[in-house]
Amino acid sequence: MFYGLSGVRHNSYVSDSKLFPVPADRNAVVFFLLLGLAAPYLVSSLYLNSYILPWLIWTAAVLGLNLVTGWAGQLHLGYAAVMAVGAYSAVHAAKFGIPWEFALLIGGLASSVIGSLFAFAALRTKGLYLALTTLAMQFVMDWVLTHSPTIAGGSHASLQSPTFALLGQDITSDAGLYYVAFGWCVLVTIFMLNLRRTGLGRALVAVREKDFAAAILGVNSFYYKLVAFAASSFIAGVSGAILVSTFYFLAAPEQFAVNVSIQVLAMVIVGGLGSILGSYLGAALILLMPGVVNQLFSLGANLLGLDLGIETLAHIPNAAYGALIVIFLMVEPLGLGKLYANVRDYLMVWPFDQLKK
Amino acid sequence: MDLVFLAELTVNGALTGLLYSLFAIGLVLIYKSSSVPNLAQGALTMLGAYVVLAFSHNMGLPLWVAIPLAVVIMFFVGIGIEKVALRRLAGRPVIMILMMTMGIDIFLRGTTLAIWGGSSRSVDLGVSYEPLFVGDMLLSRIHIVGASVALALFVAFFLFFRSRLGIRLRAISDDYMASWSVGISVERGVGLSWGLASIVAVATGVIWGEIQGVDQSLSILLLKGLTVAVLGGLDSIIGAIVAGIILGILESVGSFYLDEIVGGGSRDLIVAAVLILTVMIRPHGLFGRHDIERV
Repeated sequence: MFYGLSGVRHNSYVSDSKLFPVPADRNAVVFFLLLGLAAPYLVSSLYLNSYILPWLIWTAAVLGLNLVTGWAGQLHLGYAAVMAVGAYSAVHAAKFGIPWEFALLIGGLASSVIGSLFAFAALRTKGLYLALTTLAMQFVMDWVLTHSPTIAGGSHASLQSPTFALLGQDITSDAGLYYVAFGWCVLVTIFMLNLRRTGLGRALVAVREKDFAAAILGVNSFYYKLVAFAASSFIAGVSGAILVSTFYFLAAPEQFAVNVSIQVLAMVIVGGLGSILGSYLGAALILLMPGVVNQLFSLGANLLGLDLGIETLAHIPNAAYGALIVIFLMVEPLGLGKLYANVRDYLMVWPFDQLKK
Repeated sequence: MDLVFLAELTVNGALTGLLYSLFAIGLVLIYKSSSVPNLAQGALTMLGAYVVLAFSHNMGLPLWVAIPLAVVIMFFVGIGIEKVALRRLAGRPVIMILMMTMGIDIFLRGTTLAIWGGSSRSVDLGVSYEPLFVGDMLLSRIHIVGASVALALFVAFFLFFRSRLGIRLRAISDDYMASWSVGISVERGVGLSWGLASIVAVATGVIWGEIQGVDQSLSILLLKGLTVAVLGGLDSIIGAIVAGIILGILESVGSFYLDEIVGGGSRDLIVAAVLILTVMIRPHGLFGRHDIERV
């Protein structure tokens, strides 16, 4: 219906490998892009900077993890640690007087280097053992952060981020900070959209499906694992740096603790492995869910006249968060992205879908 | 550095290590039968301790009634988790299984704390806190009790795996398909191993709850338990015992020397280092089976 394929003819390979073969997809993307650009004029700055801005940055981070987990199939339980490397090195670089453009780059590259260490674990192990190694590395990184005052910033264990600036202009307004996050998220999205169409992306998928089989086909699986880890760590590092400089405004070790790693992985799973739209939806669901559940429960308790203790209310969002992961894996293991794809596939041929059966 | 002190560190380390083994046995039981790395074991341990407390403190039952009741309940909780959540994921990529157990972990922890609250409580096993003097060494009584429970469980499982039911479980861990074809109910066997692991979780929860109080920190044992299980080989119970002793000694003696250099808190670092090195050098652990992968 919306995705009418009639009249869409591809006469050359170039047109067949277009980013959006279906015009409706392209129109939707353009629409949301415009919506994103206009957001500061549509949404109050409270919502803009406390919901939309972190959502966009987390989406960029989730896309990075999706690159290594969804595309290359390598489990990564230490993603927050890699983000921490980027955040801390960028903030330290900026404090040192380096302009933010380069500080972000330094953060990303530092993350890439440390993140590639994770890839050397991937050389020897995979699956469960890789997950455990990356988890252990996350704990090592937590330990380093909390035990080295020079990195974490003295007695309070928090590091103030200098004012964000691009091209010599200080960015302090709400809309300005939002556009920084928006720009980064769009950049990462464009990269990930195009990754599918490149040899690199296809090689990563081959490695994911079976690395031995990929090796037999002449795909150097270790090289591509390394590339996947390095690229995803770069995205993680810059996202971490932008998160600290435009949202938290100070860096603290607990912002990048092990539960954050699990949270990002949960966003990937809930959104759908290897799905770009899913990354947006998964991040939104996981970020919004605790507040919504809390509201619902206090509302429900008020209606029923129950007196829920503060402690109970504090732990219910956690329980709901766990339940969300479990339910998604039980009902639709490929996540929200797959749910959308199902609807799209159905509408694609509607009302002629009976021909398919 | 006198020898008595070193010996005391070693023995206490070994005893603590056996308590880690207790935790790791639960992980091994599930991994052995179904190749599922159960990251929810920490939450199960915590839940086990809270259920015991619910019977003994909230309902006023004596401990010797409360613990068996908790064992029965947790046995069915374990079976239920397997039946509802894990069974339909069989054959899925390991990331989904890992994430599932992690989701169960978060869910169980949240639910437990929402029901019973997070303030730390003690189990009151009645074991005296007076240290035990062996020669010149000071040993903690509760650690000795816990270590004996770990060894007793090891012996019990050793015998169990030689019984008819145990042999079935071993067959399942060897080969799903072959077990099916000779008429062994694989589903029931895997469910049983979850039930047994949950019973182990009750034992772990009670002992560790006595040592450090029943609260959320019980689920943080997961990293140490995982390290022990991986070091021993994920499918070997004797491995869990030996690796527990090794990790305990390394941790207690190593952190004594390292803490002076790095300024405290090196225990977790040692655990993480052992985990990374094990996986890098010998992923199948000390006693685990080395699986050959086919393309």
